[in-house]
Amino acid sequence: MLSVLLIVLAASFFTGVLIRTKSIASGRKGPGIFQPLYDVFRLFRKGAVYSQTTSFIFQIAPTIYFTSVVVAMLVVPFGKSAGLISFDGDFIFFAYVLGLGKFFSIIGAMDTGSSFEGMGASREALYSMFAEPAFFILIGSLALLTGHTSFHDIFLSLHLGSSVSYALGALGAFVLLMIAMIENSRMPIDDPKTHLELTMVHEVMILDNSGFDLGLILTAGFLKFAIYGTLIFNLFSGTISYQYAIPLFIAMQLLLAVVAGIVESFMARFRMTHNAQYIVVLSSVSLLVFFATLLISGKFI
Amino acid sequence: MNYISIKNNQTVLLSDIPESNYEWFYEMNIEFMTGHPERHCVNYFGYRVGKNVKLICCVADDVTHEIHISTSLVNKAHPLESFSNTFLCFEKFEREIHENFGFNYTDHPWSKPVRYPHDRDDKTQIMDNYPFYSIDSEELHEVGVGPIHAGIIEPGHFRFICNGEQILHLEIQLGYQHRGIESLFVQKKQLAQRATLAENITGDTVVGHGVAFAHVYESLANFKPARDIEFARTLALELERIAIHVGDLSAVCTDIAYQLGSAVFGRLRTPIINFMQEWCGSRLSKSLIRPGENRYPFTPELAQRLCQVLDVFEPDFMEMANKLFTLPSALSRFERTGVVSFDDALSIGAVGMAARMTNLNRDIRASHPFSLYAELEHEPILKRHGDVYSRVQIRRREVEQSLRYVRTMLTDVPEISTVNQELKALTPNAFSLSLVEGWRGEICHCALTDTKGELMLYKIKDPSFHNWLALALSVRNNEISDFPICNKSFNLSYSGHDL
Repeated sequence: MLSVLLIVLAASFFTGVLIRTKSIASGRKGPGIFQPLYDVFRLFRKGAVYSQTTSFIFQIAPTIYFTSVVVAMLVVPFGKSAGLISFDGDFIFFAYVLGLGKFFSIIGAMDTGSSFEGMGASREALYSMFAEPAFFILIGSLALLTGHTSFHDIFLSLHLGSSVSYALGALGAFVLLMIAMIENSRMPIDDPKTHLELTMVHEVMILDNSGFDLGLILTAGFLKFAIYGTLIFNLFSGTISYQYAIPLFIAMQLLLAVVAGIVESFMARFRMTHNAQYIVVLSSVSLLVFFATLLISGKFI
Repeated sequence: MNYISIKNNQTVLLSDIPESNYEWFYEMNIEFMTGHPERHCVNYFGYRVGKNVKLICCVADDVTHEIHISTSLVNKAHPLESFSNTFLCFEKFEREIHENFGFNYTDHPWSKPVRYPHDRDDKTQIMDNYPFYSIDSEELHEVGVGPIHAGIIEPGHFRFICNGEQILHLEIQLGYQHRGIESLFVQKKQLAQRATLAENITGDTVVGHGVAFAHVYESLANFKPARDIEFARTLALELERIAIHVGDLSAVCTDIAYQLGSAVFGRLRTPIINFMQEWCGSRLSKSLIRPGENRYPFTPELAQRLCQVLDVFEPDFMEMANKLFTLPSALSRFERTGVVSFDDALSIGAVGMAARMTNLNRDIRASHPFSLYAELEHEPILKRHGDVYSRVQIRRREVEQSLRYVRTMLTDVPEISTVNQELKALTPNAFSLSLVEGWRGEICHCALTDTKGELMLYKIKDPSFHNWLALALSVRNNEISDFPICNKSFNLSYSGHDL
């Protein structure tokens, strides 16, 4: 239960802090930290407009996408407290519930029949396909290391206090952070600020969504960032007591947002062909974690 | 010798231009161009004389600094042999002649519409049935962009044929901005109206087109502008170049999502255009250039003020430019993206930066000097690779060069001439041509007067006219996601093409 509250809390300020950091870095004042939230509330009060060429798939896709993110959120633990849903093998459930949501957002985009959205959908599918092995190799290795298959047990027993687990945690944090950037179509993979349909990935898929549906999609994006942030926090938190864990969590989320904002301000985004190479690199970092695990547990002859 | 050679901004009587039959006209102009990469057609157009059409072809020679003018009287009944089949740079001109007068060419590669003018010959040709090139294949897909631009700047339609993410072909359809500006020049009789029209041919080259109009008009009126008038024009042209180039650098940074460059270059454009406001009351330099007068004299106080502005501007610009051109993520987007080869640029008749990026030396400031450029001894900046990097680099180097020119000019500000010369009436039955190197490239204005000394025809060629094809060629085999940066690195004008 605690994790859900904290994720919602982190989601409320994460994107705002990121945008504010970018504004300040470019010498501007920037909008308030809660501006993204106000925008979403405004969208929730609006009706949606549907193109005549779309079918029911386009109408249900945003809801399914949002639901999948919310269900995935329920699985995520926070330190000692398990997620609302917790069972053996829940990390596979987590990945594929998100996958289901993504599937619907992709076919929802295809349903519009727009050539732009088709291109965006194809890019999104490609990047998710490359990012998936990175996630599974990473969490699978941790499961192998700890001998548990649920998020809660994995993260609890990961905290062995040894320097090795921190090293693995650091690599894991890198992979999860990068997956979060890909999933949320942030730099350097995608440029959320661009107005050019031809270069967009995620933004172009939701061009036809409006009003309430758009609000759902944006909210799901905020939540996703916080979900990955919480997973990263869990890599290190172990059994720290709540009075330290909660402020630490919030500080870490703020730090992540500021770092992401600074990275986005001072570099150009990748060329589209380089994106795929870059994402495949994440899988090799995960493989590093995997081999380290084999070495530690003595399974590597 | 069935042609006449004139200098830039020279007026000749129409009767002095020799007229030949089309076969002669054709062979002579083909001969001009064959084996002479330094010669290029600056304007080729027709106008009605009774039931016939008179064609006028202007070929500029960059080495001898002359422009060869030849004419031919032709009739619609006889199909013509096309220049384009031998020299592709005539393609757009011949399409325009076909569109306006209904001439048929026996061997033109594809005489599709250019801009749907109101007085076009074939009224059944409309935007909606534009004959797009298409390839029948299960594996290829078409992406149509526009006519509403993603950044709602100007309208134009881009049709891509793609194999996955890779562009095989791009076709650009323009004409949405057509305002009939050439016929407005003839209809509007007052000088102020005409000068305003010239400034609005394309909103980002106010000074360039303004100077071209002023030169044509003064040449027809036999007016020799005083030194202070030409000084103001040269200075304004260079300041416009600085402002627009810096703005373009900012826009290129925006397209590659480099926020720092986008913000800093965006800010740096402001002091330059704000200075224009101090000078003439308009940030876009509107109403600064007028034929026959120096409306806003450039005083020593303004010179001092401009020095201050540049002293603050220059270090910031240099710092940001160095940062951009050493940033690996930016270079990886620029280099080897959107390449146009030297041969392609030459064959399509690219002008301005689009030519110089491929080492094709086309710069009117050096080849047909006007205003004070002869004194500045301009050396064009050339790059060799023809990619986005070359185009961005040229902008940076040209800003540096223009800063030097402006500083040189500021050391010798001419006195305001007190002799108030009146503009006389235009020479009757005359032809005049003016070439100006705007920031985008070569601008050509031609004017013809009738027996009463009234404007009979006004023809404008903006550098975008030819360069749009360079953009279409540059994106071939590139990723479709790199199209915006290719487009921005050319930064061509829709309204300048559509007129």
